[in-house]
Amino acid sequence: MTKELWEGNRAIAEAALRAGVEAYFGYPITPQTELLEYLSGKMPGMGRAFVQAESELAAINMVYGAACAGVRTMSSSSSPGISLMQEGLSYIAGSEVPVVLVDIMRGGPGLGNIAPSQSDYFQLTKGGGHGDYKPIVLAPASVQEAVDLTYGAFDLAEKYRHIVIVAADGNIGQMMEPIELPPPRQVAKRDRGWELTGAQGRPRRVITSIYLVPEVLHKYNVHLQDIQREIEKNEVRYAEYLMDDVEYAVIAFGSAARAAQSAAKLARARGIRAGMFRPISLYPFPYDRVAEIAKRVRGILVVEMNAGQMIEDVRLAVQGRVPVEFFGMMGGMVPLPEDVLPEIEKLVRGK
Amino acid sequence: MINEHMQVVFDYPDSFTEVVSHYCPGCTHGVIHRLIAETIDELGIREKTIGVAPVGCSVFIYNYLDTDFAEAAHGRAPAMATGIKRSLPDRVVFTYQGDGDLAAIGTAEIVHAAARGENITVIFVNNAIYGMTSGQMAPTTLPGMVTTTSPNGRDVELQGFPLKMAELLSQMPGVSYSVRRSVHDPGNINRTKKAIKNAFQVQLNQAGFSIVEVLSSCPTNWNVTPAAALKFVKEQMIPYFPLGDYKVADSIKSFVG
Ligand SMILES: Cc1ncc(C[n+]2csc(CCOP(=O)(O)OP(=O)(O)O)c2C)c(N)n1
Ligand code: SF4
Repeated sequence: MTKELWEGNRAIAEAALRAGVEAYFGYPITPQTELLEYLSGKMPGMGRAFVQAESELAAINMVYGAACAGVRTMSSSSSPGISLMQEGLSYIAGSEVPVVLVDIMRGGPGLGNIAPSQSDYFQLTKGGGHGDYKPIVLAPASVQEAVDLTYGAFDLAEKYRHIVIVAADGNIGQMMEPIELPPPRQVAKRDRGWELTGAQGRPRRVITSIYLVPEVLHKYNVHLQDIQREIEKNEVRYAEYLMDDVEYAVIAFGSAARAAQSAAKLARARGIRAGMFRPISLYPFPYDRVAEIAKRVRGILVVEMNAGQMIEDVRLAVQGRVPVEFFGMMGGMVPLPEDVLPEIEKLVRGK
Repeated sequence: MINEHMQVVFDYPDSFTEVVSHYCPGCTHGVIHRLIAETIDELGIREKTIGVAPVGCSVFIYNYLDTDFAEAAHGRAPAMATGIKRSLPDRVVFTYQGDGDLAAIGTAEIVHAAARGENITVIFVNNAIYGMTSGQMAPTTLPGMVTTTSPNGRDVELQGFPLKMAELLSQMPGVSYSVRRSVHDPGNINRTKKAIKNAFQVQLNQAGFSIVEVLSSCPTNWNVTPAAALKFVKEQMIPYFPLGDYKVADSIKSFVG
């Protein structure tokens, strides 16, 4: 198949359509809006549900309803909208219904700006809403990868009856890259034993997240945690570049990893054995792999488009074995390889 | 003992579960539940109805109605119902919401579901108080009414005016049916029943958004006896929240009673 040039947001939307999304609910916010616009043009004609909601709060609760009804459903937003969705995400996690969410991250806190950022690492990977749950968070570093992760996200959400978030920054949402789109899928309709479709010829079903008796809620949480452990066992994903003989590892995700990768290559030209490690699953974070890397390098540089969020997970994995330094840009500043290279050199010099 | 000279004149509706309810003695939530169950039976829609429960005293409504149910976040039932109805347009979807749920935290969700003319039915239980959290001021608390957060009586200068939702929603083109009823005596219970049935019929005819606001008692948090609570509905609530049909769209007149 020949490649076509697609903008990230529209490509993600098309990938979701091809994955069989049946109901979309969203609210405009830059730099994600093209995704919503694209689906508004496509879905009604395909007999699928599209609603522009009155807020992200309403949008995620519509998604919650659609998920309870057993259809493939998603929303998309950007950082401030994701903040508003945290209530619904907590309820969704507490009800075990499968939901896909796309976050095209922008700068914060507050209104921040509309420029690309990785400001949502904490709110996405650590739970975000109240209670104990962590959504699966997948971070693409290219438009192609955003397409592939979105396409697979629905199966993943259904496998664990959990939330899958594709966390891309504004770069990925807005830029155009040549991609290959996956084939459209027909999702076979079948009763999985939990969806609400009307109690026809079966006992009624209730989807709820309230358990008043402490022992019962404790037990339910243990069950939810068992699923988190399953996810942590099965769904760790990462990419590596020049890591075989690495002495200095740069760790970055999303578009920051593109600069990190180029910087590692530049460093090699200067005789530094640098490599790049890129977590794709931010939750589950590849702790084991980072711990293993920490055993064979002299130092680690974490590069993020924020004030240092993923670095906390890197440090948890490294456990003080080697120095972990940080280079970050905020406010929508995007690091270039030339910005990262001197930071690698500083790491080598040991300061 | 039933013999050939006796017949059953009053029983549990089929769509009602035979369990002891958690409601306080004299609470009329249970009466309203029963009216919904009777309606579901009469329309023969039990197997295609999906309810959306609120956060409030009626959070456990799903224990009493024998249909599929989802439990929404506080105030978000209309959004959740939108998601369900848009996914399964041939099912009957209704929300059951208190005044805090519908007219305070969930005002945006109810107004926009109405504005979109979502083909759902809303049963709105107005008891002028936050029941579940033990008696705080609600968006429908009457002027001068004492609650735990208006201990000197609701002062409209400081705490604003009660919202009249049936009137407010009746102004929206997407709404086909918006009425207010009460369940403080048998005649009004019968009229409420008829309105609830109308509201479901609007949905079955794909005629848009329907809402029945029902004035309901909360003897526990009004600090009165059940009998005095019904009197309060009649003498205090109805003057501020007049019963009536605020909107019966021309398009539905042929099938609503
Ligand atoms: C986000 C959120 N805020 C507050 C609450 C606490 N809360 C539970 S029920 C309720 C009010 C319920 O009152 P109403 O809707 O009038 O129903 P009633 O109990 O009177 O039937 C409140 C404030 C909550 N559960 N969630
Ligand atoms: S607190 Fe009020 S509304 Fe709640 S069950 Fe008791 S009487 Fe009914």
